[in-house]
Amino acid sequence: MSTLTNGAKMLLECLAREGVDCFFGYPGGVTLPFYDAIYDHHIRHVLVRHEENACFAAEGYARATGKVGVCCATSGPGATNLVTGLVDAMMDSIPVVALTGQVTSKLIGSDAFQEADTFGITRSCTKHNYMVKKLEDLARVVHEAFYIAASGRPGPVLVDIPKDVFQAQGHYTPVTSIHLPGYKVFTEGHTGQIRRAAQMIWESERPLIYAGGGIIAANASGELREFVEMVDAPTVTTLMGLGGLPSNHPNFVSMPGMHGSYAANMGMSSCDLIVALGVRFDDRVTGRLAAFAPHAKVIHVDIDPAEIGKIRTADVPIVGDVKRVLGRLNKVLADLGEAGLPPSRAAARRAWWSQMRAWKAEHPLAPVTSDSEIKPQHLMMEIDRLSGGEAIVCSDVGQHQMWAAQFIRFNGPRLWINSGGLGAMGFGLPSAIGAQFAHPDKLVFALVGDGGFQMSIPELSTVVGYGLPVKIVVMNNGYLGMVRQWQELFYNNRLSSVELDSFPDVEKLAGAYGFKGRTIDKPWELASALEEAVREPGPYLLNVKVSPCENVYPMVPAGGAINEMVMGPPQPVAVPE
Amino acid sequence: MLQIISLLVENKPGALMRITGLLSQRGYNIESLTVARTLDPELSCMTIVVDVDATLRQQVIKQMNKLVNVLQAVDLTEAPAVRREMVLVRVRTVQESRTAVLKEAEIFAARVVDSSVEGFALEATGDPEKLDEFIDVMRSYGEIETTRSGVVAVSLEGKKLKLQPPVLTEAR
Repeated sequence: MSTLTNGAKMLLECLAREGVDCFFGYPGGVTLPFYDAIYDHHIRHVLVRHEENACFAAEGYARATGKVGVCCATSGPGATNLVTGLVDAMMDSIPVVALTGQVTSKLIGSDAFQEADTFGITRSCTKHNYMVKKLEDLARVVHEAFYIAASGRPGPVLVDIPKDVFQAQGHYTPVTSIHLPGYKVFTEGHTGQIRRAAQMIWESERPLIYAGGGIIAANASGELREFVEMVDAPTVTTLMGLGGLPSNHPNFVSMPGMHGSYAANMGMSSCDLIVALGVRFDDRVTGRLAAFAPHAKVIHVDIDPAEIGKIRTADVPIVGDVKRVLGRLNKVLADLGEAGLPPSRAAARRAWWSQMRAWKAEHPLAPVTSDSEIKPQHLMMEIDRLSGGEAIVCSDVGQHQMWAAQFIRFNGPRLWINSGGLGAMGFGLPSAIGAQFAHPDKLVFALVGDGGFQMSIPELSTVVGYGLPVKIVVMNNGYLGMVRQWQELFYNNRLSSVELDSFPDVEKLAGAYGFKGRTIDKPWELASALEEAVREPGPYLLNVKVSPCENVYPMVPAGGAINEMVMGPPQPVAVPE
Repeated sequence: MLQIISLLVENKPGALMRITGLLSQRGYNIESLTVARTLDPELSCMTIVVDVDATLRQQVIKQMNKLVNVLQAVDLTEAPAVRREMVLVRVRTVQESRTAVLKEAEIFAARVVDSSVEGFALEATGDPEKLDEFIDVMRSYGEIETTRSGVVAVSLEGKKLKLQPPVLTEAR
């Protein structure tokens, strides 16, 4: 049943069998045999303009679909350029398979042209990596790579392939079983612990649900919603978990943490039980750990045993797939709940909800607008209005990311795409390219700052080349805004290397690439300009000049407790000339 | 206190790098490391002695167990286990001391593996503290050179190793 073929064709056969319909890459010397095979293969290769963006685009594709994203680079500089994207996928648990070419086996270790120790370099930025030394191993390794990337806690897997392996002739034999004796995936969750969790939830007077990226990764939004409604507890979702519970759900209390809402942070600090679902108690969420949720017991569900107890000790640890665990927990809770809560506890729960509502009312995430200039929050509100909770928003990193997370609503998972753990600038546009390839008919925003945008300008060429209708919205405040904010607040406003002057004229820039661009700076232009961008059948570059020195609030200063938020601008400080 | 970790790993290129990488990434210094094949030639057994903060030991073990090539990582620091190390000592000594050196070697149950006019090469095994003493004693007889193997350890608990069964795939 097998026919004689070469390594390059075999690799494509493996990708096809894994259901890959497109992948992102950049060719080079040692991947020539592979690109020759791509020439007449049905799988679509998307030529990006920088390998880092190939990995970001693969991530965007993976984040938007839940499927494994694939990227490809040549040896040496091609492979080293992938590193930021791999770390990003590692931090946010995104399934990515990266394929890299390597110099011919005989030359490995000889400082050959474009040689780099890709296997060594990517050891710590992948979930697992391989170097394929002979053709017989290729198919097995590639299928293992897909299996490892997608199963358990997802992550990036890199396969390094020397040129001679691409060229070697051999027979493809389908791989029917994957044998990884040391690779442990825990999915079910411990029955006794699930019962204990249900009991603890049942007994809690002030429960709070803290849901994260694990909900998205496990496709567990349905189970989460059922759980939230059954427990009827206030629910915060992390930056990575936005959309896990629809933003318009009555139990949704926005994001906690450094730039979280007042209600979310006060809720965290005052609850008597945290039900942590697919989260890792990131330092941007917990603030000063010693002061974090001091009264709370913790139920922690995660598929990665190493996350349990890493930061905060769990009273009830449950290692498992959050989808399956929640499914079972919901059943146990349904049985427990039949009799109804005892009156005293029901009263306590009502009091807890009124307290949450009071906090929400006290400091809502209120839009800031002005008659004379565009406030960044205003921009996010307008994008939210156009999206209606349905558009895919791919964000870059910085102030705009935080405002977007605060103000743009998401009715479902896989709509909010951002670099959470690594905070990699330059992520927004390439990830939007990946997301748009995954969903050609969906409205996709690349929401970027003027800093991150300038890191990814080369990809405008990709956007145009493939006719992608990505709406690029630059929140342009003329600064590296988040760094400027910290310099203002904590470094006596000594603004050091944060001014981004000489930003290009976007009309000319987009025009040079052959599509439409526009700059606006008046608040009354905002709604119509965004509408025009969305109406445009092709790509659009909208440069929105916003008030330059707006800061993101609430803010928990580094090292602070999350209930010690700074709610607004401090007393005016003297700005040096 | 030093942590003693025993690992059963797949005998594959890069496996060692992944394990030591977890430690170096966290700034931990490895005191000793031994690795050799097991009865099954596809597996290696590794003993690592490393200075890890007591609160982080469990995390290090968990991270090691997550590695695809690691079948099992266990903390033997406080578990019932036998720990042994070997040392090779070359001692140069004057004629008059040769008998005394041999007597001392006997006390430490060391074997003579080479003898020459200049002195002896001795081989001793034991727990690391005992070897420290042996080395001190030998040093008192003259110029010495030593090579230590690092600790090897075996757990005395009959913990059954759980291997993951193959996963069937849909005709990939």
